[in-house]
Amino acid sequence: MLGLVKFLFLVMTSLSISFSSHAENRKYNIGKLATKTEVAGWDIDVRPDGVGAPKGSGNAIDGEEIYVNRCAACHGDFGEGVDRWPVLVGGDGTLASHDPEKTTGSYWPYASTIFDYVYRSMPFGEAQTLTHDETYKLVAYLLNMNEIIDEDFVLSDKNIGKIKMPNASGFLLPDPRPDVTKYKDGQPCMKNCDVPVKIIGKARDIDVTPDDEKS
Amino acid sequence: MTDKKKLISRRSLFSTGAGLGALALTTKSLLAKEANKKNLPPNVPEWTEALGEGVDANPYGMPSEFESHVVRRNVEWLTASTESSVNFTPLQDLEGIVTPNGLCFERHHGGTTIINPTDYRLMINGLVDREMIFTLDDLKRFPQVNKFYFLECAANGGMEWRGAQLNGCQYTFGMVHNVQYTGVKLSDLLQETGLKNSAKWILAEGSDSSGMTRSIPIEKIKDDCIVAWAMNGEALRPEQGYPVRLVVPGWEGNMWVKWLRRLEFGDKPYMTREETSKYTDLLSDGNARMFTWVMDAKSVITSPCPEKPIIHRGFQQISGLAWSGRGKIKRVDVSLDGGKNWKTAQLHPPVLDKSLTRFTIPFEWGGEELLLQSRAIDESNYVQPTIQELQKIRGVNSIYHNNSIATWLITKSGKVDNVRLG
Repeated sequence: MLGLVKFLFLVMTSLSISFSSHAENRKYNIGKLATKTEVAGWDIDVRPDGVGAPKGSGNAIDGEEIYVNRCAACHGDFGEGVDRWPVLVGGDGTLASHDPEKTTGSYWPYASTIFDYVYRSMPFGEAQTLTHDETYKLVAYLLNMNEIIDEDFVLSDKNIGKIKMPNASGFLLPDPRPDVTKYKDGQPCMKNCDVPVKIIGKARDIDVTPDDEKS
Repeated sequence: MTDKKKLISRRSLFSTGAGLGALALTTKSLLAKEANKKNLPPNVPEWTEALGEGVDANPYGMPSEFESHVVRRNVEWLTASTESSVNFTPLQDLEGIVTPNGLCFERHHGGTTIINPTDYRLMINGLVDREMIFTLDDLKRFPQVNKFYFLECAANGGMEWRGAQLNGCQYTFGMVHNVQYTGVKLSDLLQETGLKNSAKWILAEGSDSSGMTRSIPIEKIKDDCIVAWAMNGEALRPEQGYPVRLVVPGWEGNMWVKWLRRLEFGDKPYMTREETSKYTDLLSDGNARMFTWVMDAKSVITSPCPEKPIIHRGFQQISGLAWSGRGKIKRVDVSLDGGKNWKTAQLHPPVLDKSLTRFTIPFEWGGEELLLQSRAIDESNYVQPTIQELQKIRGVNSIYHNNSIATWLITKSGKVDNVRLG
């Protein structure tokens, strides 16, 4: 009997410890709790299903002026890309070609990603200066230039997770590697191996190596 | 010379004893610079006659002025601006396995961010029991780990998919570095925040102007990820994420978010720009592989190489580096004849998990043409492939994850060229 009481006491004690530590189960007691306001200021990511999309809206017609003023200098008036800055428009049907053009229209699988990226890092060097509405307008403009939505379609936090992108099904999961020839017990050929040893190209002949390394 | 003779003579080159006497007679400097005879025996060198600098001349020591060529280099035509660009580690000038902090390649998407550590905060939010904020001092109070890991950009060697393009070890392999990180295991930070059962992914976010973001599965986070504040014994360099970066051992460098400001736990991946439009591997059929995180086994001969021609005939070392995101390097083989015949190199301890590993093999050079290759095998028995093996499965548009065997052509003059065999 005494044993049972003692056992129950131990159970109660351990329960109370675990309950109290569940409320504040911090092993080291380092750091401070974040307030909702603090989290809201930094938690800007937007997921494909629209989770995280901030309230706001805009269409392509209104996006044009913002694009011309804040994007076209690098990306070109028609999203064609100036110099080596990224091309944003076009590239349909090129992904399986010798020269694939991976644009927001031809390659990006989710509209949410465009919103997330533009809001967090664009314009280049002026990150997070666009308003939410401006960002919706710009994304609508890009989607319209890529013929994914009409120019008067109002993109918003309510529907950005429902936009179907042309290449949404173009990605393969999971990673199939290791995908190359497997050798038994990691023992590849060591002698008289049947491999091509003819030189078919030299970097020297291509001549794109920066000057101080040309010999 | 017949093929048979070539084979025999090349194989014998690996034998350190055979032919050394005969070759010694012909050993001479081919491309070495001429010394100033005033400084050579029996003369007293000029530096012996004068005092050197005092201890207060260099509060933070720099390499010798004669090593000024050992620098990171970029390829200007690769990118539109240097703020969103990459430079390359001069692997050809380094020894051992530690990359000096100032030579670790840089890859930024919005330039090097400067953060006053007093103003640094790490936020952990999302599917945790308690959303929390940590200062740098907070992070340093946690249990500490010190681990060597390589960091390789998934695009290392990306310019070489279609052929030998850049004539240098630095430009073709230099998007890798290896340092010792000091930090706190991310799993220890979770002791403070708690973790909800529904948490399956983490979003790591940088506070640079690109707001770099990547999704990482929870299994990796719990396994070995580190929130690091030091490299090689000192604070992280600004260009490596000062004051805090994420360390994701064995996985592509883009995930090692620098200037780390936030870790958000969620139940799905976030599909950021970096893991959809970039760092996905386009195949020849137009589909692309996504979430290819592990860096497969790879190796490179760092000397000789295009930047390090052979300057003496006779006995010398072939030296190189090998690494694998799947664990330790088990073996490295070296070929002098383009992969027909191989000999196993010596690995130099320490041979660490997911770390650069130094290998060397002695050889004798008699002035003939050679086709140098190295081939890494890791502890999972993965064998570094040829470019043909990769192309057969992935085509030539992948950009990322080219871990194929490179070929250095040693010409009769001792100059070295990056070449493609086929």
